[in-house]
Amino acid sequence: MIHFDNVTKRYPGGHEGLSNVSFHIEPGEMVFLTGHSGAGKSTLLKLIGLLERSTRGQVRVAGRNLTRLGRGQIPYHRREVGMIFQDHRLLYDRTVFDNVAMPLVVAGLGHIEIGRRVRAALDKVGLLSKEKNLPITLSGGEQQRVGIARAVVSKPPVVLADEPTGNLDPALSREIMSLFEQFNDVGVTLLIATHDLELISRMNRRILVLEKSRLARDSAAEVMT
Amino acid sequence: MRRSRKKLSARISPRSSLRMDVWLMRHLQVALASLGRLIRTPLSSLMTTLVIGIALALPAGLYLLLGNVQTLSGNWDGAASISLFLKQETSDKQARQLTSRLQNDPAINQVKLISRTEALEEFRQLSGFAGVLDSLDENPLPSLLIVEPTAQHAEPVPAEALLARLRQNSEVEFAQLDLQWVRRFHAITRIAQRGVIILASLLGLSVLLIVGNTIRLEIQNRHAEIEITKLIGGTNAFIRRPFLYNGAWYGLFGGISAWLMVTVSLLLLDNPIEQLAGLYQSGFQLSGIGFSTLLMLLGGSTLLGLAGSWIAVGRHLNEIEPS
Repeated sequence: MIHFDNVTKRYPGGHEGLSNVSFHIEPGEMVFLTGHSGAGKSTLLKLIGLLERSTRGQVRVAGRNLTRLGRGQIPYHRREVGMIFQDHRLLYDRTVFDNVAMPLVVAGLGHIEIGRRVRAALDKVGLLSKEKNLPITLSGGEQQRVGIARAVVSKPPVVLADEPTGNLDPALSREIMSLFEQFNDVGVTLLIATHDLELISRMNRRILVLEKSRLARDSAAEVMT
Repeated sequence: MRRSRKKLSARISPRSSLRMDVWLMRHLQVALASLGRLIRTPLSSLMTTLVIGIALALPAGLYLLLGNVQTLSGNWDGAASISLFLKQETSDKQARQLTSRLQNDPAINQVKLISRTEALEEFRQLSGFAGVLDSLDENPLPSLLIVEPTAQHAEPVPAEALLARLRQNSEVEFAQLDLQWVRRFHAITRIAQRGVIILASLLGLSVLLIVGNTIRLEIQNRHAEIEITKLIGGTNAFIRRPFLYNGAWYGLFGGISAWLMVTVSLLLLDNPIEQLAGLYQSGFQLSGIGFSTLLMLLGGSTLLGLAGSWIAVGRHLNEIEPS
């Protein structure tokens, strides 16, 4: 589902965000991406969501070669990649419902279909009763769940999460993780960047470790050898 | 690669899966939503609208004024007349003789005599110098013949010929063809017309800039929204749409306020102009903005607003990329 072949990302000024990184993630996998701050976790996720483009090497997502994807196709690619951020990136002048509905509005669905799907997604993350609230009235954990509902409401095959539990206490983090496991159970491919080592050690999933812009460890490779 | 891209757009392109009515519905929603956004900030919307309105009201008002002046001068075209001022020593009797002689001229339709006595009487009544005139020993005013040529002699060239012929009369001190100043007047209105076009172009440009700048600020204010919409796969067309509607609304409301300003100004001018026209024994009436002119004004202003926002959106939307 996600293929990196010798991918390098060099920023203007010469700093390398990623150096020669290669890995494959199969459809339906749930993978953790970890490493110190500045190791390149965010850069890697940005390459998948086409927020940035690789300098060298090939990135393929869901059969598409992102290296050659034209600007006009980027929006259609992003509709197939749900993205979750540490800072939620919600719109604070709109209700929870309207925030979650955005990907469907953008895709041009009719409003009955939108209502049905948004409520299903909000129900999934346990916020159905707060659909009319403004995000600012919600707690941090609830806001993160709104962000998650928005990322999955259009049922994308791939979901990326950048430090989704960064500001949450352990209990809330576990709650979020169990949500991700539920999505994974229905076939969604997940790539979750986090530096919460304690949390991911308990999850017993594949782990990619970035160190100084290089892929230092891939737990799947260790199992195979 | 080619195939995968095709497959991609077939699967998720909105157009292919959307029916026309849904698409129209979306546009209507976006149009109403951007209208609602304008109404939610009434003061700043009103100010922008008024600025556009003033910029448009100036050329619209001048255009209208020019049109009125032209209809006014149109009335004079056929009535080219020649004024013959007779010599001081010409008696009223001689003047009457000349009048009847000219009446028989085949080139002349009608001659009106204002004798020295009549002229003095009229002057006494209208000028308020009655006392001064009484103290004069003799009448300082000459007799005046107003000669109206027949239709075919009213054209510029034969009228000039007639003028030259009338000058030959020994009683005539000074002959003047009124057509001349009608012509000069036409030349002046042509210049004014050109001026209105230039002014309209400049002010149209300013409307473009006003709307462009307003939309630029709006784009800055909605930076976060644009960024997030791009993140979740909003196309540029989708993001552009509300701003374009916004510009079109500004244009339309600006046009309406321009129309209101011009109409109110005309109402204020109507009474004094009627009085002035009355003084010239003219039934002239100021005509307002007609339906077709109104449509032109509103259509033009909407297009200007749309174009202004198009320029702003084209320049600034690409600068916002999610990171």
